[in-house]
Amino acid sequence: MSLHGLIAEFENSEELLHAARSARAEGYRRFEAYCPEPVEGLAEAMGLKDSGVAFAVLFAALIGAAIGYMLQYYALGLDYPINTGGRPLNSWPIFIVITFELAILFGGIAAFLAVLILSGLPRPYHPVFNVPGFERVSRDRYFLVIESADERFDEERTRRFLLSLGPREVSEVAD
Amino acid sequence: MPERPTTGQLVPRPPVIAPDYTPGSVTDAISEIVLKKPHTVPWLAAFAVTSLVVLGFLAGIGVLLFVGVGIWGINIPVAWGFAITNFVWWIGIGHAGTLISAILLLLHQEWRNSINRFAEAMTVFAVTCAALFPLLHLGRAWLFYWLIPYPNLMSLWPQFRSPLVLDVFAISTYFTISLLFWYLGLIPDFATLRDQATSRFQRIFYGIFAMGWRGAGRHWHHYQMGYLLLAGLATPLVVSVHSVVSIDFAYALLPGWHSSIFPPYFVAGAIYSGFAMVITLTIPLRKFYGLDGLVTDRHIDNMAKLLLATGLVVDYGYLMEMFTAWYSAERYEMFTLYNRMTGPYAAVFWLVLAINIGVLQLLWIRRVRRHLLSLFVLSLVIQSAMWLERYMIIITALHRDFLPRSWGMFAGTFWDWLLVIGSIGLFFWLFLLFVRYIPMISIFEGREMVHKAAREAGVR
Repeated sequence: MSLHGLIAEFENSEELLHAARSARAEGYRRFEAYCPEPVEGLAEAMGLKDSGVAFAVLFAALIGAAIGYMLQYYALGLDYPINTGGRPLNSWPIFIVITFELAILFGGIAAFLAVLILSGLPRPYHPVFNVPGFERVSRDRYFLVIESADERFDEERTRRFLLSLGPREVSEVAD
Repeated sequence: MPERPTTGQLVPRPPVIAPDYTPGSVTDAISEIVLKKPHTVPWLAAFAVTSLVVLGFLAGIGVLLFVGVGIWGINIPVAWGFAITNFVWWIGIGHAGTLISAILLLLHQEWRNSINRFAEAMTVFAVTCAALFPLLHLGRAWLFYWLIPYPNLMSLWPQFRSPLVLDVFAISTYFTISLLFWYLGLIPDFATLRDQATSRFQRIFYGIFAMGWRGAGRHWHHYQMGYLLLAGLATPLVVSVHSVVSIDFAYALLPGWHSSIFPPYFVAGAIYSGFAMVITLTIPLRKFYGLDGLVTDRHIDNMAKLLLATGLVVDYGYLMEMFTAWYSAERYEMFTLYNRMTGPYAAVFWLVLAINIGVLQLLWIRRVRRHLLSLFVLSLVIQSAMWLERYMIIITALHRDFLPRSWGMFAGTFWDWLLVIGSIGLFFWLFLLFVRYIPMISIFEGREMVHKAAREAGVR
């Protein structure tokens, strides 16, 4: 049985924020915080980069808009032109509606998929689920895991560090 | 008896969440409805009744597909009867859900957190009901895929300049985005249900939908950005959808339809009828499931105020529609208005005005807004009036247009009414399932509200 890491359990979000900041200051890089609701400032404390979701949405929305417009231009302007009273075939004002709808559709689907992919979901199994009591992460408990894959991880030293943060409990996470 | 507040004195508002909740107890209060509570007799009875209605709905659709749209009352000149009325009505009801979940989120209206979940569910189910009607109205419903642009052997394309094709794109985008928004909001709550599950089946069932959500900092980081952006995308979308629906009418040269006020007027009408539906759903839900601490009187009061505000915008639309008809001095526009007021459908016109302009004003009175039974009855009355309004707009414009020799009358048949009642049954059938198997209030946002309330209490 290999070790995934060490987990510390906290009572509230302030303690978790403090723990995440200290872990980062201590030089740990491969650690993860778990909380029942989004905690303000946690991303900064963990040193996370800006979410890539925003970029994915912008990119997909532009693609959607381009497809929407080109689809209509191709279908009604090139492939099956109908002359209605000499009006322009590239009738852009009415093409805007579908261009807009497809931009939203692509952007929305991208937002959903980007959240899942960047979070590594779906993922049915994860070592932290082995920790007894971890189910309270979706109720009222906060956790910090330092992974054994971290360069500075040393079972004794890391345990001492976690205990110094004043957790309720520190335990091992089996892989 | 509370004293009447004098000028300058702040009226203490009820809190958005009862003060005695903790993060743990709010989690239990919402999740136990799904996980632990047994089926109750009222729920089973309601489910049995709506199931029967859904069966009737399916029978109505079956006969329609087998015989054809001739079983409805539609004919020339009134070719858009109940089907389009129902379509506009249902799609409008959906709009309030998006308003609550997306627009109020962007405006930082925290009270929305208690009601956004079931308002979103309402949107998804209402759009489901709405989308059925144009398809059934096609006549040969099994050829619906001709509306979608795909390379085909007939070398034909849909006419993208037609609002009816724009509708296809608007409605399918709206349904997809509403569903994704709803599901994204549900993922952390499915994880909660998985963790609190009392049986292996529940753990696996909700575990599949939670997709391995662990509440990690990285999850929340991406999640919050994604949720915010979806809200930002849904906000212009919801305005565009009913605008597109309204150009189905405004595009035509028919007096009574050909009007540039239609897009904003329809959007306001949509949100108005939708808020009435949210109130209709909220009042019994919080009574039967004892959610008074989460959906407080503040919510009810706020929704009633929004109902009044959007209703007044609709009233402005009525007024401007009539004013424009008169000011245009256009013979056919004026005739349509005159025909609405005095013609064979005058009763519908005056009933709509009496409710949407007259009865609506009762909401100015605080006692009416806070009195649950009268607000509930009022919301039902308003929804009926909004159905009649769409009926009035469609029928009165169509049945007497330019040439008297092409005039005609319309009346709904048994099959028309069966599909109206059937779609209402389908809506409530889906909603009853939702209430039992999906947390009807966002659990993690409930925890957030508790923390926020605790922080505010600490400051004071």
